[in-house]
Parts: sequence; structure tokens; C-alpha cells
Amino acid sequence: MKALCWMGANKTSVETVPDPQILNPRDAIVRITSTCICGSDLHLYDGFIPTMEQGDILGHEFMGEVVETGNGINKEKLKVGDRVVVPFTIACGNCFFCQRKLWSCCENSNPNYWIAEKLMGYSPSGLFGYTHMLGGYAGGQAQYARVPFADVGPLKIPAEISDDKVIFLSDIFPTGYFGAVNCDIQPGDTVAIWGCGPVGQFAIRSAFMLGAERVIAIDRFDYRLKMAEEGGAETINYEEVDDVVQTLKEMTANIGPDSCMDAVGMEAHGNNFLAFVDRAKQMLMIETDRPTVLRQCIQACRKAGTVSVPGVYSGFADTIPMGAFMNKGLTMKTGQTHMMNYMQPLLERIQNNEIDPSFVISHRVSLDEAPEMYKTFRDKKDHCTKVVLDPWANGKAA
Amino acid sequence: MNHSEMNKPDEYDMNDSNRSDDQDSGYNSGGNWESMHNFLDALIPDDWSPSARKWVPIAAGGALALIGLSRKSAFGFTLAAAGGALAYYGSRSGETQTESVARGSVLLNCTPEEAYSRYRNFEDLPTFMKHLQSVTKIGERQYRWVARGPFEIAIQWDAEVFDEKVGESISWHSTPDSAITMEGSVRFAASPANRGTELTSVTRFDHPASDLAQTFAKLLGKDPSFLMQQDLRRFKALIETGEIPTTEGQSHGPRSAMDKAFEALDPDSSKRRESRMSETLNENWRTA
Repeated sequence: MKALCWMGANKTSVETVPDPQILNPRDAIVRITSTCICGSDLHLYDGFIPTMEQGDILGHEFMGEVVETGNGINKEKLKVGDRVVVPFTIACGNCFFCQRKLWSCCENSNPNYWIAEKLMGYSPSGLFGYTHMLGGYAGGQAQYARVPFADVGPLKIPAEISDDKVIFLSDIFPTGYFGAVNCDIQPGDTVAIWGCGPVGQFAIRSAFMLGAERVIAIDRFDYRLKMAEEGGAETINYEEVDDVVQTLKEMTANIGPDSCMDAVGMEAHGNNFLAFVDRAKQMLMIETDRPTVLRQCIQACRKAGTVSVPGVYSGFADTIPMGAFMNKGLTMKTGQTHMMNYMQPLLERIQNNEIDPSFVISHRVSLDEAPEMYKTFRDKKDHCTKVVLDPWANGKAA
Repeated sequence: MNHSEMNKPDEYDMNDSNRSDDQDSGYNSGGNWESMHNFLDALIPDDWSPSARKWVPIAAGGALALIGLSRKSAFGFTLAAAGGALAYYGSRSGETQTESVARGSVLLNCTPEEAYSRYRNFEDLPTFMKHLQSVTKIGERQYRWVARGPFEIAIQWDAEVFDEKVGESISWHSTPDSAITMEGSVRFAASPANRGTELTSVTRFDHPASDLAQTFAKLLGKDPSFLMQQDLRRFKALIETGEIPTTEGQSHGPRSAMDKAFEALDPDSSKRRESRMSETLNENWRTA
């Protein structure tokens, strides 16, 4: 089959590799019909997350048709021919955490848990195509993928809904929604969201679904801010204001947003001195994460408010304003998304025409063009917001 | 039961300090040295890591020696001598390791009875204990254990279950004629509020001078507890999910030349590749 492989920092290529095999009883093989490039793939592309290895297959947002199941799969739950969206987190369904619906903390899905333990104390669940530290599972930017514990994660999709409408149930729609859930939104609340990439866009719409009065979206790209406005948000282009925190203050009668969401993560851009220091440290590999946005979230949040962090961090970040965090009595909520709690309810919202997630798609290309698209997406060229790949189209089709 | 009892149950106390073997230590000629050595052994807390045992006395001794020498007095001289002895003690620490102790524990989402009966089926242990080749019943309560050593050399010992309480604990030790002296035990305790079962396991292997035992010591490597914990995590996955998570045999693109070379040299390299990565990781974080 064809698969997109990570070949080192800033280098990917489409390779022909063996088709995946069933390795465990609860595995399934999925023939992929749609797969996407995620903003978090860019952290891997840029080489900022350790324990990638040359030849690893990337991709964790994919859907398709089940073509084979292991003998441990209950046929009533999943059978050959089912059309499924596969969540990016892998969960066993039986451990302490899965039983408490904390799926992304699954104890049993990461065979390399001990690498993550060195870094984090305890390991989160395994993920598709996202470093050896988080499982080393082959990803879904390919024609087929092996899905472990396939009787737990994959969500069956009725034939009448198009791929475009449901593909984002694999990660970014539930992730944006989870970010909004973590904001603990109360009636009348104002939510400030940093980052108007796809997760930010879904977070904006989810915040309104969960009852937010106002959403203020922050980014530096006008095309993304425009999309945020279309979702009902007020916007700040942080390159056009002196101080985001001050601007937010002025917009909220000096109270501050009730919750602040970091939908950017470890590669934040910024125009202040600390952001420059972070960049230098990251290049010297003495800091893995650039927490410009997290700092602003903590500073800007109203007292006793909530900071929600769906943005990806991998290691260590410096100069976090803990004084502000403690003295203002803030709460921080974060984590990889507990996907299985949100996929079905959000599918129902799509079926009820409350939302059509395909609005974020800016590019549809073949898998062959993926290496080029990684560059375009990273450099935010061509108003690139979300890339959907067709693994079966040849060359420059689409 | 409180936690400290869980982690260090009395009857499992197999003192994990590196016991010194006076027979071949070669530095017990002077009675003063021996008594100081024993005194320091007693002074250093049991839970210090081997490297702390080594480097703390070296650093402290070195500092004392420097302070002593700088005083240029009789007292300073004594201090320097004591410091030197302390540093020497540290430098010898770990050289006379005669046993390896592995400890591990996991939370299992099942009852103590279920966990006990799965574990008690010794013949099935190799399913999740990666370095075991086979366990065979050879008597009423006796089993022959065969482990895979480096270069696929088989290492074998006989052990018998000398104490067990159904659903609670199993203890076994090597039989008198066994090539290797060892003892092991595992305990299953209900976790509060229906959280499942806390499994705690301790194994101790003696390292007499025999080649076999030395090979086994190498197999266990620097950190036997790490290997045991990996085995227990596989046991947990097996009990909770019916399978052991793996990526061995999955598809990937072309690996780098270095990885290919390692693979050709060492068929087991998929595991070690990840150890290498984690070592690199550690290096990075140390500078961070």
C-alpha cells in the first residue's frame, strides 16, 4: 500500500510499504477512504516532539471501511463492511481509566508506556502515528491501517452521510468540543480562544453550543479570523494590537474572559521578548515548548476562571506565570480528548444539521501530494486551513 | 492495609541493599576497615540507589579530605584520612553485588481471586514474562523454570511453592539442588472502593560465583525491577483486555541506515531501538 512516512525533520515521503496485518485478536484493518493532516502533525514535521523514527507512518485522522477483523472482536460491535470513523486515541475499554470514561488515559494501549513514563511520570494512551513514546502505532495517512482495540473506538457511520461531514469526528471536532467542555461554561460567559486553526474553529462553535454568551477569537491570519467571525466570534488580530491581555480587558469591562483556551500549543508565535527567548531555547533543545499563549491565557483569564488547554505540549515550558495562576485562583483543564464520550453525540448534531464540519476544509488532494501539502500547511500558504487526503487518487487528481 | 505495608511487606523483606560477600571481597584484612565498612553500611539508608551509594560517599569523603588537608593540623589530617576512607568505601560500593532483587506492582481491574488463579497457573507465565521460555510442573509443588539468556542460552532453576493462601499470596523458593538460588513471592490485595486488585511482586536471585548465575545476572541487567514491571504490565493488559499491546510486525517505511545495521546485528533490536531513544531523551531533558 501507499503510506506517508516521516523521514526526518521537515521531510516526508510517500512510500510503498507492506499492507498492515492483524497482530492482536481485537485488531481490525480499515481500508481508508479519507484522511487528514492535523495541526499537531506539524509538531512532528518540524521535529519538535522526540521519539519519532525515520520510516514511521504519520496520520491520526482517518475513516474508512472495515475489511478484516481479529477473532477477538464481537461481530455485533464491529464487522467487515462497517463504515467507521477511527478516533486518534487508542483505548482498551477495560482498565481503571477507560471504565471511568477517561479514554485518553488508557493504561493498556501504549506498549511503550515506559518511555512516556520517563518524561511524564505516567503514560497517556497510545495514539496513531504520533511518536514511539505514545505507542509507535503506524498512522492513517495511508491506504490501510491496523486499528487496535477496534471494538472500543471506531464509530459506525450511516451510508447516507458524506466523508467530509464526519471525518473530523476522528479528532478535531471532538477536540474543539472537549476544549469547550473544559472551559466549564456558565450562562453569560465570555470565552477567549487563542488559535483559529481547525480545533479553534470547532472550539468556537462548541463554546456557543455549550451556552457561551461571547467568544473572542485570537489569531494573526485574517482568513482564519474571518472564519471565526462566520462562527459568531469577535476577533483580535494579535499582530495589530499592542497587548492582547489589555485588549481583552477592555473588551470585557475589566473583568476578563471567564475562560481562556489555548488552542495553539507548543509552537506558539509571539511578538514579545519572552517569545523570542523561547524560540532560541527551542532551537538549542533546552526547552521543548514555546508557551507564549499559555502565559497569555493565565494573565488574561478573570479571577477564579478556567484555562483550557487542548493545544499540544510535549515536554517542558519555561516562565509560566504561576504567581498569577495561584493568586487568581485559576483552574486549568487539559488532556488528549476523551474521544469516545463525544463522537456519538456530535455525530447526532451533524445528523440534525446543527453543524456541517466540512466548512474547515480548504484543500482536497491525493496522498501523493501530501509531502507538498505539509509545507503549504506549515507555512500557512494558500489560506490553508485543513487538508483532506484521498489515499486512492493518483498523482495530482482531486 | 496501608501503602507502606503494601510496598514492603515484612515477609517479603529481602533487603535490597547490595550485600557484600566477605569471602572474595579482598579488602577485609584490617579489622578497622571492616568495622567502618559495616558501620557505613548500616548508616546508609536502604532505599538509596546504587549510584547514590557510590557517589554520595565519594563526594562527601572527597570534600572532607580537602577540608582536612587545608587545615594543616593533626585534626585536619585525621579528617582527611577519614574522608579518604569514606571516598574509598564509596568507590568500592556495588562491586560486590551478590544478588539482584526485582520489585513491581500493578493495579488490576479484577478480583484478587481472579488475579491469583491467572498468576498461579505458572505454566502460562511465559505468555507475559518475556524472558521466560517455559515453566514445567515437575512435582506436587515443584516447577522447573527455564529463562532465555543472552545468545539464547537457556538458564534453568527448580523452585517449589512453600507457602500460599488462595486469592492472597504465593511464595516460592529454589530447591536445595537448584543451579540458581532464588526466592519469589506475589501478593494480591483488594484495592479500596472496588478499584480492583493491587498485585505486589518481589523476586530475589543470588549470584554465586557460577557461570550460569553470572549469565543470569547479566540477563537481569542493571535494573531487574524495570523488567519485572514490564512483565507485570503485560500481565495487566492480558487480564484486562485479553491481549498484550504490540506494534511488532506492523508496516513502516524505510528505516535509517543506522537502524538497519542494528537490526542486522541484533534481531532483538526493535526493543533496544526504543531504549536508545529513551536514553537520548534523558540526555535532552537533563540539559533542559
